[in-house]
Amino acid sequence: MTIEIAIILTPFIMAALIPMVYRRLQRRFIGWVVLVVPVSLFLILTTFIPRIAKGDTFSHTYEWIPSFNINFTTYIDGLSLIFSLLITGVGSLVILYSNFYLSMKESLHHFYCYLLLFMGAMLGVVFSDNIMVLYAFWELTSVSSFLLIAFWHHRKASRAGARKSMTITVSGGVAMLAGFLMLYAMSGTYSLREIIGSVDRISEHALFIPALILILLGAFTKSAQFPFHIWLPDAMEAPTPVSAYLHSATMVKAGIYLVARFTPVFGGEMVWFWAVTGVGLVTLFWGSFNAVRHNDLKAILAFSTVSQLGLIMSLLGLGSVAVHLGYSTSTVIYTQATFAALFHLINHSTFKGALFMMVGIVDHEIGTRDIRRLGGLMSILPFTFTIALIGCFSMAGLPPFNGFLSKEMFFAATVSITNLDVFSIASIGILVPIIAWVASVLTFIYCVIIVSKTFLGNVKPDILEKNPHEAPLGMLVSPFVLIGLVIAIFFFPNTLGTYILKPAMASVYPTFPASAEMAPHIHAWHGFKPELYMTIGVILVGLLLYRFMKYWIKIYRIFPQYWTLNAIYERVITTSENMSESITKRYMNGHLMHYFIYIYISFVVIVAGTFLYLEAFAWNPGKDAPVENYELLLVFIMIFAAVALLFAKSRITAVLLNGVLGYAIAFFFVIFRAPDLALTQLVVESVTTALYLICFKYLAELKPEPTPKRIKLSNGLISILVGATVTLIGLAVMNYEKFDSISAYFEDSYKLAGGKNIVNTILGDFRAFDTMLEVVVLFIAGLGVYTLIKLKAAKKGDADT
Amino acid sequence: MKINDVILRTVVKGVVFIILTLGVYLFFSGHNAPGGGFIGGLVLGSGIVLLYITYDLETVHKKMPFDFKKVAGLGVLLATGSAIGAIFFDAPFLSQTDLYYTFPVIGEKHLTTVTIFEAGVAMTVIGTLVTIILSISEDE
Repeated sequence: MTIEIAIILTPFIMAALIPMVYRRLQRRFIGWVVLVVPVSLFLILTTFIPRIAKGDTFSHTYEWIPSFNINFTTYIDGLSLIFSLLITGVGSLVILYSNFYLSMKESLHHFYCYLLLFMGAMLGVVFSDNIMVLYAFWELTSVSSFLLIAFWHHRKASRAGARKSMTITVSGGVAMLAGFLMLYAMSGTYSLREIIGSVDRISEHALFIPALILILLGAFTKSAQFPFHIWLPDAMEAPTPVSAYLHSATMVKAGIYLVARFTPVFGGEMVWFWAVTGVGLVTLFWGSFNAVRHNDLKAILAFSTVSQLGLIMSLLGLGSVAVHLGYSTSTVIYTQATFAALFHLINHSTFKGALFMMVGIVDHEIGTRDIRRLGGLMSILPFTFTIALIGCFSMAGLPPFNGFLSKEMFFAATVSITNLDVFSIASIGILVPIIAWVASVLTFIYCVIIVSKTFLGNVKPDILEKNPHEAPLGMLVSPFVLIGLVIAIFFFPNTLGTYILKPAMASVYPTFPASAEMAPHIHAWHGFKPELYMTIGVILVGLLLYRFMKYWIKIYRIFPQYWTLNAIYERVITTSENMSESITKRYMNGHLMHYFIYIYISFVVIVAGTFLYLEAFAWNPGKDAPVENYELLLVFIMIFAAVALLFAKSRITAVLLNGVLGYAIAFFFVIFRAPDLALTQLVVESVTTALYLICFKYLAELKPEPTPKRIKLSNGLISILVGATVTLIGLAVMNYEKFDSISAYFEDSYKLAGGKNIVNTILGDFRAFDTMLEVVVLFIAGLGVYTLIKLKAAKKGDADT
Repeated sequence: MKINDVILRTVVKGVVFIILTLGVYLFFSGHNAPGGGFIGGLVLGSGIVLLYITYDLETVHKKMPFDFKKVAGLGVLLATGSAIGAIFFDAPFLSQTDLYYTFPVIGEKHLTTVTIFEAGVAMTVIGTLVTIILSISEDE
């Protein structure tokens, strides 16, 4: 057990322990106990920083399913370190914040259990080298996100949001799985590093582009990229700490991680460049455009997260062009986009985490998040105002905050890409800086909206009635730590650059030498360059547009409601539900008779059909043993009972005749020297008869049903066919020649399974898997009978009272 | 279902003992002779059902205070657990093993892990059988 695997497992172990110990723990201590996990993991991970910065990587392999090449391989390099630090760092702050945010009456053990599950899964995603293991953890993050969004499951909106996020992210995940399998088909390995190593070999393969698109689908759905972003605003039904953690700082960045991770594999392709850049830019624009429209603070932040994720995504796309161009002193400049992406990734987690916590405080203290009902909170919540102000300024890209640095780098990257002449950038490349600039103006506007509509202006009278006051100190600690980072990163960006970002660049561009250009020196002031003019333009135009907002806000009403993405999503879901329901209802109509017909027809078609098709039927009477007289007698008894059963007038006669058949079979087993079967058949027959007798009072009186002749005829035909099939199989088994008989194998039962009774060694050893599953099925059937009867009884009770 | 039948009661008193003994015998003889977990469980279960049919629920329940749903659940757990257990000894899922061991009083006996598996089967059969019959007959 090395430290890497311990890091992944600790949250899971803790999550498993919580349900066991939470009763013994006082409620208010649960959060503090849980807090120990991310804090200690964060501290352990920080010890990796100097070693990773030197260029070391750490990898350990544990064999899991070696026969399928699926091994539990942990791999820590610069890229995974960034993400793991975010996961544990923001995780610590969020848990600390939750301790104060969540009421003691909530089911805290569930909350922390899911949160730890998520943390472990997310760490698993970033530390896994094996793509199958990565996929498993990937889906686990979707599941834990589902559980957390539906944490307040008594609300309809929470459940709907959880289902939507699950549907979208898991569909993407399945697409990604298909992409991974294609990668395996091409490269013959599940190891990410080996796949990266074999890029030259696989890039010409026919499956390469399909795999690329499928994997991108996984990344885009997870990172809420257009048009899959619609789940993220709905996911805001989760408690605010969850939104801060999963839906802004970590989980939604898993897609970013995946794109960064796979850049060395696919980065050289034009499809990759345009898909990642294009989708990123559209998302950036669409997110910020929609954020302006909303009135709910959390909805604004949700769309702002969508847009910022698009920004990071587009930067990764721009950076991938360097992979295509290969390393040279003139092309290394294009890697700066990736550098900016990683930088902004960290910055976004700091300011957006703080902003979400700010909204949580407003919601908690004032009781609403609607900006139409808020205003003038500056004097009531002065500390919260500071958080909002710094967070929003950083998001808008203003100095002296870290968002300014990465935003400038973003502008610089969009401008420099227009100088290139590959991938037909020359023709439409000019759109890149334009969209980036327009989206940034919109970003600026909603940042101003958040601050001014919430904190400036006059206090609404109904707020004052509630006598609001500043949040407790504990709730302010976490956002202030993040705000502190926002400022600290602005003043010391290069510490971050050297120790954290540079090693990550080496993971994205493994073939590039570690030159100084790979980790450029970050300046707050770099002269009068296009990016500076762009920032100034953003501020001026943004202020102007904000001032005259009421004149242009009408454009949001142009879009027809019917064609919004959400409406389309809803239509797809409801139509498919209705369609599957109508199809299912057509054959699951509740008539037992019909179900029997399905079963018997498929039995006859499949079994008799196979026998006929393979011409496997052969009957050789010469091989059969001579038939004795008493055997004939038994056969006639059975025939008599069977025929009489058809004409039985009362149920008791039918039950008894059925018993005659069963006992006669048991006699045959005795005659053919199969004591085990005979014994079993006898007891089963007795128990069945007893069961019949107990059920007797529920059975309706047997009476001739008015069935049309046509149906009677077809039913009779089916019965005859089934009987004929069974009889023919019985006759044919002796002469079956397609396979060798396996009975010789069982004759060694004593040597192989340590038992002299072949029947039982088959049941308990050779084919124990069947037995085990049968036991489970029997148990489930028993439970089914029990619940059917008990539930019916309970329902009756309800109706009576 | 209350049957007040002196003859049945008297006969059952003796017969149940024989049935239960037969069940236990069948269970243990299973490995080398006819018998085994399923049939043993079935015989034991039918013996218990016979008791329930003859006497009323309260009387039997006082003497056998088991929740038969739990017996069945425990059986499933035992069967699947013994199957999973093998993988901790670096053997494939569901591997069984056996050995000869000399006990102090009863002498040398053949011990095998199949017994655990079969015990699971037997308990599931008993539990399910009794649960089904009891819940149907309890339902008014």
